[in-house]
Amino acid sequence: MSGETLERSEMKIDSEDDIILVRRKVRDFASACAFDVFATSAVTTAASELARNVWTHAGGGFATVEKVSEDARLGVRAEFRDNGPGIPDIERVLAGGYSTARTMGLGLSGSKRLVDEFEIESAPGRGTRITFTKWARY
Amino acid sequence: MNGSIPILRIGEILVASVQTELRDRVANAFQEDVLNTLETTGATGLVIDISGLEVVDTYVARVLAETGQMAKLMGASTVLVGMRPEIAATLIRMAYPMGGIDTALNLQEGLALFGRRKKKKK
Repeated sequence: MSGETLERSEMKIDSEDDIILVRRKVRDFASACAFDVFATSAVTTAASELARNVWTHAGGGFATVEKVSEDARLGVRAEFRDNGPGIPDIERVLAGGYSTARTMGLGLSGSKRLVDEFEIESAPGRGTRITFTKWARY
Repeated sequence: MNGSIPILRIGEILVASVQTELRDRVANAFQEDVLNTLETTGATGLVIDISGLEVVDTYVARVLAETGQMAKLMGASTVLVGMRPEIAATLIRMAYPMGGIDTALNLQEGLALFGRRKKKKK
């Protein structure tokens, strides 16, 4: 993903409460980027979904939340990493039809719809890394 | 009651205002409180006010929808009220199926909905 990192926060996802902390950090950066309430809700909800997936499916992991800039526009980027079971069929999960813990399919496909850039790296037994970026609109 | 979400009774209607983060434990306690209170009060309606929620992800949406389904099994209908504009937009953009639950703009409209239904029945 492109752009320059202006600010970065490394966070652990070790409990349900950490999901809320990640969400708050994303909200803070969204506010610093002057996101409107709709974009703030979208990016915060996407972060909440992905942090919850890390917690529910992998029992924990890490998040990196960044404020980024590119061509004079600001954005929020978040990366979620875990060493959990991985996603066997990414295409199907992103189509929204596949779910191992009921919410996962809709959570992942829904998160992708809420942001501007979305990348998944995952393989069975090798964990999952998901990164997204949402840019401010002026 | 064992949860942190208060449930008020207004006539035959229960009103629950969710102001706090719905962690797993809070969500389960809330659902149990609702069901127990339905039994002890004989209430026929449930209004869930989510005007205090800043984020409704698919987990929270599922807890809310499930609560409505549980209440329905006990003969009570549920109206979800107070959803913020940005939350409505986010849920629809995610293609989350919230179709199963009745909604109203705010608490007052939610209670009025039950009033109108009662009149119709008479």
